[in-house]
Parts: sequence; structure tokens; C-alpha cells
Amino acid sequence: MRRFSLFNLTSLVLGFAFLYLPILLLVVYSFNASRLVTVWGGFSTQWYGALFSNQPLLDAAWMTFRIALVSASLATVLGTLAALALTRYGRFTGRTLFTGLVYAPLVMPEVITGLALLLFFVAIGLDRGFWTVMLAHTTLTLCFVTVVVQARLVTLDRSLEEAAMDLGAPPLRTFFSVTLPLIAPSVLAGFLLAFTLSLDDLVIASFNTGPSATTLPIQIYSSVRRGLSPEVNAASTILIGIVAVGVIAATLLSKRSVLKSERNAH
Amino acid sequence: MSRAGAFLKGRAEAWLVPAIPFLWLGLFFLVPVLIVLKISLSDTAVAQPPYRPLFSWDDWRGFLGGLDLENFELLASDDLYWSATLSSIRIAAIATLLLLLAGYPIAYAMARAPARWRALLIALVILPFWTSFLIRIYAWVAILKPEGFLNQALMGLGFIAEPLAILNTEAAVFIGIVYAYLPFMVLPLYATLEKIDPTLNEAALDLGSPPWRSFWTITLPLSLPGIIAGSLLCFIPAVGEFVIPDLLGGSETLMIGRQLWSEFFSNRDWPLASAVAIVLLIILVVPIVIYRDLEARRLGERA
Repeated sequence: MRRFSLFNLTSLVLGFAFLYLPILLLVVYSFNASRLVTVWGGFSTQWYGALFSNQPLLDAAWMTFRIALVSASLATVLGTLAALALTRYGRFTGRTLFTGLVYAPLVMPEVITGLALLLFFVAIGLDRGFWTVMLAHTTLTLCFVTVVVQARLVTLDRSLEEAAMDLGAPPLRTFFSVTLPLIAPSVLAGFLLAFTLSLDDLVIASFNTGPSATTLPIQIYSSVRRGLSPEVNAASTILIGIVAVGVIAATLLSKRSVLKSERNAH
Repeated sequence: MSRAGAFLKGRAEAWLVPAIPFLWLGLFFLVPVLIVLKISLSDTAVAQPPYRPLFSWDDWRGFLGGLDLENFELLASDDLYWSATLSSIRIAAIATLLLLLAGYPIAYAMARAPARWRALLIALVILPFWTSFLIRIYAWVAILKPEGFLNQALMGLGFIAEPLAILNTEAAVFIGIVYAYLPFMVLPLYATLEKIDPTLNEAALDLGSPPWRSFWTITLPLSLPGIIAGSLLCFIPAVGEFVIPDLLGGSETLMIGRQLWSEFFSNRDWPLASAVAIVLLIILVVPIVIYRDLEARRLGERA
């Protein structure tokens, strides 16, 4: 049984303190009675109350949610197809270009992707708003879905799919009754990743949005530029809470499905 | 035979599966990047949108004649863009080095942790990545400002008498990049460190090698693929970073991503913003290609 050495324990404690302390401070000071964000003035939930009467912020939150839902759903379908193309369809024409197109947006600075998509939308005459932000987010996040699903597909035992095909199942049926159930947790993880990335994006949305579609990050960014505000702390805390609950639920779900499949295997 | 049969029956599917995402990325990624290239070569026009028309199919000679390197000449002759480009590369390189120094001990400790702890440790590294990037950077404004938490703590403990000016300096940008990108450095490092056979180190120790030496001659060289992958994953987006220098760096921190943003949003000079984007792309194309090859090889290995 290996144990933590002192050096390793110290690096872990310092590392996680560095990662979590700023978030913790942000959450704690969202319950601050004082308007000064860095001076504690007693416990209060007034900023949460202020939040729910801030109509522009609520509108932006609703817009962001709708964009994230539509773009993440589209990106999940497209990303899963791309992952299948890369792992199951061998060498097709333009494969090198295709892998390049999948991996480039992952690391490409967002200012370039944002500007490029905006110029494209202007060139084809599409008005900036919900649709342009949604299409831009789909394009970016589908690449993340591809990577997540592809990582699962390469470790998948291909003999299961081959057995279904040999027994005469057409490819579409093989996919829906064999492949998809096996890769479902990674498809779900890809969807959640796409959803959070869209929810979170400031730069690409700023380039591609119009006056009708202000998203939450754009709204938060403009109020942060005016200075710290306890209301932003409260909004951030709610977002962090939603994400934390979502991630924990997803972890528990996937753990249960792993346990179940292990039990079935024995 | 039956596979070939299935393949024949599913002929439409055999080309549709790669074709749909391929066409999507071609239309919404490749074409837009080519448009940036085209516009970077054209002149600013007063009309909306602020650049000359994109295509004139009937007049190819005119189309080609309208392209010139004016915007790039302007960039090359302006010291501001040179210093912004160089300082972006410098800031990203130093931040990547700091990330490596901060991330390596964490990844190493995770790889050496008892097996039942590892899944939890990985989850703890990934979790902050799921919370908003903007919010995590915003959190640091309250920590680093003159009357912020860090100065309160340091003055309370008696380390300093006067508050340190950290916010709106390059130091704050380094802290912000290291904080935001740490998971991208730790995870690839952990993936390679975890695969290293611990008996190699044990053998070296048994033969009388001091721990630092077995680390230097065994662990470090074997973890090189992780070091390269993690560094590229951090360096490439850091060069074009906008949010971190904008919120933490103050007005004197020059970075090319920020320059692009202000050319576009403040000066409304779209051709010049496009030229800045192309310069950024040229700087990053080699690291991006190396990264893509590494990723393709890594996934190929496991297949």
C-alpha cells in the first residue's frame, strides 16, 4: 500500500489551495452585506435579491441558456459523427485536412475564431444575433465533443460491432443498438462540455452577437469592467452551484453505469 | 463477405458520416479563415461593412489587383504591433514555464498517490475548468487589487507595510494564465507520469542512485511527451489571450489578442484586425501542427 510522501502531499495541498481558494473567496463574499467586495460587513443575501430584479441580467441568462442548449445538441451530433469518421472510416479523401480542422479550433486563440466567423456571417449576409452565436458555438464545441467521444471509441472493443454486422445488422442499426449504448457516457460528457463551454464563452460571442442577443458573459464582462460588484459575485455563485451539482450528478450517474456493466460482466 | 454486403447496403452512410462534419467544419471554419486572409489583403472602405466587397466574380483581374500587403506593411512599420507581438510570445513563454514548474509537482504527486485516491484527484483538477473562465479571472481582481485579499493577508501577517501593486501589472497576467491553464498542464503530465513503471526508479535507488538523480535521468526524460503536449496546450492559446490581459494586465500590458480586439471594436478597422489575426496565425501554425500530430499519434497508439 503506497502512501503520500511529505513532498507529494505538500504539492497537492498547495496546488489545490491555489485552485480553489479564489473560487471560495468569491462565493463567501457574495454573502457580504457591504457593497465593498473585499471588506466583510456581515452576512446578507441582499445581492441575490438584487439579482432577481435585474431584468437585463435575467434576459441575458435566458438567452445564454437557449444558445447553449441548441448549440450543444447540434455539436453533440456533429462531434459524434466526426469521431466515428476518424475512428471507423479508415482513410478517406482529405482525412489529414479533416483532422487538422478538428484539432485547430481546440487550441486556436478565440479572437481569431471569433473574428473569422463574424466576417463569414457578414459575407453571407446573415444578421448577427441568436443564430450567429449559436452556429459559432456549435463549430467550436463540436471539436471538443469529437475528442471526448473519439477517446472512448478507440478503446472500444470492435468485435462487438463486427459481430452485429456479421449477423446482418445494417450499419445504422449496429450503431444505435451496439455502439451508441457503449459510448453513451462519453457522448453525454461531450454534451455537458459543449454546454458549459457555450455558457461560458465571452470572446466568440462578443464578435458574433448583435444587439438582440446579449449573453450572460458579455453582461458580466461589461459590469466587471466598471469595477467589482457584489451582484456579479452572487451571479457567479449561482453559476458555480449549478455546474457543481451537474458535474457531481454526472459523475455519480457514470459511476453507477460502470458498476452496473461490471456487475453484468461477472 | 457479410461485412462487404453491409457496406454495400450502407453506402450512403459510408460517405455521409465523414461528409457531414467535414462540410460543417469546412464551411464554418476553413472558409472563415480564408475570408480573414482575403480581407487582411484588402483596403478599408468607408461603407458598412468596413471593407471592400468580398467577391466580384465577373472581374477576376480587378479582384486580384485589389489585393495588396498594405495592412501588413502598416503592421510592420508600427512599433506598437511589433512590441505587442513580441510581448505576447514572451508572456506566453514565461507563463508556460511557470505552468510547468507549478504543474509538474502536482501531476507527479497525483501519479504517485495511492490508486484509490487518483480518480478523486483527477476530478478535483478538472472541476475548476467547468466553472466559468471569466468568473475565475474576475475572482483574482478582488485578490490582487491594492486593498484586496492578498495585500490584506500579507499586511495582517506583517510581511509588508505598504500594499503591493500587483493588479494591472504583468505579474498579474502570469498569475492569471497559470491559474486558468493549470488543468491543461497537469492532465497531460499526469497521463505520461502515471504510465512510467515505478520499478525503474526503485532499481535506480537500489543501485545507490540519489533520488534527484533517478528523477533527472529516468522520470524526466520519460515524461517528455507530456511536457511537450502540456506546454503546447498552454502556450498556443496563451499567445492570443484576451480576457486575462484585459482584466488583470492593465493598460500597459501589450498583447496581440488585445490589439486585435481594439482594432476591431474600438477602431472598427476590420482589414487591419484581420491582418493582426493572420500574423497571430502565422506565429501559431507550427505549434498547432505539432500539437495535432502529437494528438493524432497518441490516439492512434491506443487504437
